[in-house]
Amino acid sequence: MDFNDTPAEAAFRAEARAWIQANAPRQLFEALSSSTFGGLNTGGEDPMQAAKSWQKKKADAGWACLLWPQEYGGRGATPIQSVIWNQEEGVYGKLGGTFIIGQGMCGPTMMAYASEEQKRRYLPKIASGEEIWCQLFSEPHGGSDLAGLRTRAEKDGDEWVINGQKIWTSGAQHSDYGILITRTDPTVAKHKGLTMFFLDMRSPGVDIRPIKQVNGQSGFNEVYFDNVRIPDAQRLGAVGDGWRVSLTTLMNERLAIGGGITTGFPDIHELVSSLPIDRDTAISDPAVRSKLADWYCKAAGLRNTASRAISALSRGETPGPENSIGKLVAGGMMQDIAKFAMDLQGFGAVVNDPALSEGAARFQAMLLRSPAVRIEGGTDQILRNIIAERVLGLPEDMRADKGLPFNRIPTGN
Amino acid sequence: MNFDFSEDEKLVRDQTARLLADRCDSKAVREVLEGRAPYARAVWQGLCEMGLPGTAIPEAYGGVEAGYLTLCLVAQALGAAVAPTPFSSSVYLVAEAVRLFGTEAQKQSLLPKLADGSCIGALAVTEGRTEPDLNALACQVRAGRVSGNKFAVADGGIADVLLVAAGGDSGAGLYLVSTDAAGVTRSRLETVDPTRDTVSVAFSDAAAELLGDTGGQGAAQLARLYDRAAVLFAFEQIGGAQSALDMAVGYARERFAFGRPIGSFQGLKHMMADMYVALKLAESNCYYAAWALATDAPELPLAAATARVSATQAYQLCSRDNIQVHGGMGFTWEFDCHLYYRRSNYLALQLGGLSVWENKLVNALPSAA
Repeated sequence: MDFNDTPAEAAFRAEARAWIQANAPRQLFEALSSSTFGGLNTGGEDPMQAAKSWQKKKADAGWACLLWPQEYGGRGATPIQSVIWNQEEGVYGKLGGTFIIGQGMCGPTMMAYASEEQKRRYLPKIASGEEIWCQLFSEPHGGSDLAGLRTRAEKDGDEWVINGQKIWTSGAQHSDYGILITRTDPTVAKHKGLTMFFLDMRSPGVDIRPIKQVNGQSGFNEVYFDNVRIPDAQRLGAVGDGWRVSLTTLMNERLAIGGGITTGFPDIHELVSSLPIDRDTAISDPAVRSKLADWYCKAAGLRNTASRAISALSRGETPGPENSIGKLVAGGMMQDIAKFAMDLQGFGAVVNDPALSEGAARFQAMLLRSPAVRIEGGTDQILRNIIAERVLGLPEDMRADKGLPFNRIPTGN
Repeated sequence: MNFDFSEDEKLVRDQTARLLADRCDSKAVREVLEGRAPYARAVWQGLCEMGLPGTAIPEAYGGVEAGYLTLCLVAQALGAAVAPTPFSSSVYLVAEAVRLFGTEAQKQSLLPKLADGSCIGALAVTEGRTEPDLNALACQVRAGRVSGNKFAVADGGIADVLLVAAGGDSGAGLYLVSTDAAGVTRSRLETVDPTRDTVSVAFSDAAAELLGDTGGQGAAQLARLYDRAAVLFAFEQIGGAQSALDMAVGYARERFAFGRPIGSFQGLKHMMADMYVALKLAESNCYYAAWALATDAPELPLAAATARVSATQAYQLCSRDNIQVHGGMGFTWEFDCHLYYRRSNYLALQLGGLSVWENKLVNALPSAA
């Protein structure tokens, strides 16, 4: 058991570190480091420009989408090299948020199902950040029950005509392209009548409306489709095979190992180490110590679990299922930390103003953004179902819609 | 990075697990639970025949010197089987203390016997119903003789030698006392886990030999000993937690209610998912602590406390909710759920309870400033 790189890994790390030192946008270091949860701080610079500029620089030097083949804009690197890159990129990795959906989910789906010509046209620009992609999956009637989606696609000659609505589409307002799952046959069971496409987000009939969130930001959107036409050549996978294609996408929605997951522990540790209560610092209080210890155990547990996954990758193996616990643990923990940190500060903590609140209002930002962590990319409840069914092997839940044609499933409205 | 156990280390774990599957089934545990034996002799003999008490003891002192990583995995297997043996007391505590603090003569006389299991050791620290204050111990040693009472000594009834925390001329120290010495009286105690032999001990001018050659080091020695032992106890705890979770999952797949397996209900499914999450966090923390133990890393105090706190939480959660998954049957003497419930709550307090270790953890955190 050891924590050392192999000689090959050490050489790769040195190469990555040297390139980052020579090329990273150092003027952004402090601003990025002080970003609060859900709020990217790029000092005075335009966040989108800052993100695109770093991404392009990386791509030109072969440091973007490391796992992808070189001919599609990647590096052809191994998984452990990708982890090492994430560790070395550190705080500059925060600039990559805009590209996560395109590079992490749309890209791999295109890689698996698009034509060679399409791959050569689209993938390098996803890698370089020159084109931004979104994933049009969730609907008002299909979130956790994704296969209950209703957006229709009807064949008309060499084209498909799309009508319906998507929701919770991250970054749609900035996107050039999107992958879209639709219902092409409502008369068969719900998983069987789906078909996947990709489309130009500027196609006539696409209407994007940002959703104002609890925290005042608008990262998510509603996207309406009114007779939007998509060429059949932009179909991904066979007609009726959309569910299987979507699983390719979702399988890639894995934890970005090595970049670390935000838990809020360093923030609460710092706060209680300096905050006075009862003529002492908060960290002297037994109740505070008990909670701090519990949170440290969780944060350390996630870090050490990631180390196990990295070891597996280093040996060329697939990480075990224990890697699936990250978001489930971190989301609830962050919400608890925000509440506790504000409780310690008293009524003054209701003030949510970066200029007046502790730590640029970091705990208020966590309080107001953390509910979404427990929902996006799989709710806490769906994640528990997945652990129970796929990891522990417990039987599937009984489904009221099992085997029914989609158009005969009870809807409640 | 290679954050995993080696094939050799896993092989010893598997061999230990096979021995335990063979000799330490529910029936063997219940022999002790129901008072027909003070401990599972056949299991202990098997462990000794494999040389396991000497896993981390140097060859020069009769051990097999297979290292602490191996010992961690042995502990995990013992915990999984709820083994009613004095292994933890004799190996993680007494043999370890002798190896760390003993004089050369003490090491030569004691370690070979602890390594082959012909001598069983137990640690006597607790004196009453509060966490012990080492600066105010009732047990006192004067002129090589100890007097006073110890309360709740794990494996003390079957031990041949006790390591006793007692006050001396220069402060608290650790003293070796033979259980057949004159002036040593042991009385069996009823505890929440009767599968572990537990006694009170009265000392009346019993011959006591200081461990090592410098008195007054007891507090520092115990703190160091506990940091090391906590890692091994944590491995026993995650072993037990895994068994409790496996038992819950097995039952939930087979037991039907309302025309379906109860494991298909989300109320139970989510409970078991949470057991899994707690266990995996603890397991990963235990791996890290094993590394710190094996390499004597400066991170050990924090790593040990982290493993200990999360393993205590995981075992208590898994054993408690295993009963819940079983419903009424889980509350019967006949089902094995209570074996895990009892052991989890016993282990949670040995070496100091959750609040003690939470406190140690926070003390060991690097400064946040």
